[in-house]
Amino acid sequence: MAIDKFLVEASHIMMFARSVGDANPVYHDEEYAKKADVGGIIAPPTFAQSSAQFDPNYFLRPKVGGEGWFGSGKEASGAKPSSGSGESGGGGAAMGLHAEQHFEYHLPVKAGDVLSATTKPGNSWEKESKRAGKLKFSESVTEYRNQNGDLVITATGVGVQTERAVDS
Amino acid sequence: MLKESEIKIGDTHTAILVEDLKRTQIVQYAGASGDYNPLHTDEIFTTQVAGYPSVFAHGMLSMGLTGTMLTDYVGDGTLKKYGVRFTNQVWPGDTLTSTATIIDIREQDGERVVDLQIETTNQNDVAVITGNATARIES
Repeated sequence: MAIDKFLVEASHIMMFARSVGDANPVYHDEEYAKKADVGGIIAPPTFAQSSAQFDPNYFLRPKVGGEGWFGSGKEASGAKPSSGSGESGGGGAAMGLHAEQHFEYHLPVKAGDVLSATTKPGNSWEKESKRAGKLKFSESVTEYRNQNGDLVITATGVGVQTERAVDS
Repeated sequence: MLKESEIKIGDTHTAILVEDLKRTQIVQYAGASGDYNPLHTDEIFTTQVAGYPSVFAHGMLSMGLTGTMLTDYVGDGTLKKYGVRFTNQVWPGDTLTSTATIIDIREQDGERVVDLQIETTNQNDVAVITGNATARIES
């Protein structure tokens, strides 16, 4: 996955913060944020995950026209997902789940920043599990840089493909 | 920002992240994050095709909710590191509680930092997230 332009916008930060139950005004009140230590609206710690919005081929988003989407319509499932970029989530399609996520913060990410991201595969390994059969883990490492070319966040995701649905 | 004079190893901070998690909040996270995986947004697909009892939360929603507890405790823009393992799924109806525990106070890159162990549990005391974080503190 490569993302050329990940626009960090105040309204997106506001919506993202709401979705994770965060009422902190530093994510939605510009006047408050300007007077705070951070000096302006900043991104919450897991906001980089929403870079998926800026990946043109992200396969866990229905495309315009809805073609190829594997969720339910008239039938319980539409078409199977074609392989596409989705590594940033660390998760995957039907039986793909997100096992781990790690962020390293090098510089603050603020509203108005324009980030770019490149993802490289990391390690992969297998494990047997009583709850879900054979588990295939794979790691991906995404580097986010700002408009000055400075590294702002390193994100490491671990995805797992399970043999069957996880028993809860 | 935490002040070194006011904290010690073993200190904890606990917050309730969500009570009776609604399916709509999961959809809200899908819209904000851009991850519309039907396992989180489509009850019919998830029960009839994928074989789960219902849709469930994105791991990243649990991590985001836990992050709210974390930044409320350590302050805005102070995190250097935040990482988690998703140890169990989070379902609609779950109530999540999260605790950060100070496990070390030390120097890193010329700054004073605190290391935290994080655990988020559901209403049955089952851990759904375990993790670690490092944040800058005021010396």
